[in-house]
Amino acid sequence: MIQTLEQFDAYVTAEKKIEPKDWMPDGYRKTLIRQISQHAHSEVVGMLPEGNWITRAPSLQRKAILLAKVQDEAGHGLYLYSAAETLGVERSDLVDDLLSGKAKYSSIFNYPVLTWADIGAIGWLVDGAAIMNQVPLCRCSYGPYSRAMMRVCKEESFHQRQGYSIMVELMKGNKAQREMAQDALDRWWWPSLMMFGPSDKDSEHSSQNMKWKIKRFTNDELRQRMVDMTVPQAECIGLKMPDKELKWNEDTGHHDFGEIDWDEFYNVLAGNGPCNKERLAVRNKAHDDGAWVREAAIAYAEKKLKTKG
Amino acid sequence: MSDTKNNWPLWEVFIRSKQGLGHKHVGSLHASDAEMAIGNARDVYTRRQEGVSIWVVPSESISASSPEDSESLFDPANDKVYRHPTFFVLPDEVNHM
Repeated sequence: MIQTLEQFDAYVTAEKKIEPKDWMPDGYRKTLIRQISQHAHSEVVGMLPEGNWITRAPSLQRKAILLAKVQDEAGHGLYLYSAAETLGVERSDLVDDLLSGKAKYSSIFNYPVLTWADIGAIGWLVDGAAIMNQVPLCRCSYGPYSRAMMRVCKEESFHQRQGYSIMVELMKGNKAQREMAQDALDRWWWPSLMMFGPSDKDSEHSSQNMKWKIKRFTNDELRQRMVDMTVPQAECIGLKMPDKELKWNEDTGHHDFGEIDWDEFYNVLAGNGPCNKERLAVRNKAHDDGAWVREAAIAYAEKKLKTKG
Repeated sequence: MSDTKNNWPLWEVFIRSKQGLGHKHVGSLHASDAEMAIGNARDVYTRRQEGVSIWVVPSESISASSPEDSESLFDPANDKVYRHPTFFVLPDEVNHM
């Protein structure tokens, strides 16, 4: 049984899993609540930019696929909220924090989705980066989070492939279609790399989270993997990475790449991205519009209980 | 059924993945009643044919052992290794029993 910080640290270091009723340091609990709920919020807000394109998908099959993907994102949000709730927080408090703007969600969803090719770029790059982040989280020391991430990861790879297949198809098309795909890559590449968070030297949560085995790799390590994985996928279909400094480095066995615009990163994080206000407004409207459904469901459940006696 | 904040109650979800296997805990969700809980469980936990049967149980109806009791509950089994067949060494000539 775990009763002290020393026992906890030893337990986690031995790669054993912590479960909801086990003793845990306050900092561990707080960090997990923050991280898991932010993750859940990101899944929920992530539905908004893609949801806009369901009615405009170019074929019935693409429409059905996008609908299934957006439904998955809702499911991922729900798995994650459930995992957060095992730490002793109320779902409604987490949702309130999202709606009031107090809680953060992934900044990537504060960029506009301008064309159908953006839906391709999002699946390929944004879900690709998410997978890169999430696969190590399957081994997270907190049992419920790790189990939720296993479910998510199983489903996420469909998201990335459907996105890439949109790009593949556009690159087989006419000049306008190919330019549309290139334009989407140009706009989504850097924000996707920003998804891994600040550079290691500026990352405030990294070292403790590594010790607690919440995090397994640093932001920069994962970002490098993303670059190395994506460059050949782009080349293969004739897309050009929007980075003049990008080149293969024989000595390191990795790609060198240009510096991220950190001013942009912090600016979007601070709420000044192109769509921050719109996303929150749409989310709030959906929540308010659904209030009568939630109330009616409760009233119906209570009425049924009464008539049962 | 609702608490002070008008939250829908929490339900634990158990799924039988195929005939012949038991129901296994897969997670939890909120719903106003059992019928909605089953509907939500279907949408959240069986989008890819993960199940052929669903149980939902109000989370507050589950009684659980506590980690503080784990020694008294589970440790006594520790010193009864003879409960496992491998405790008994068979003569070389006897391969299976």
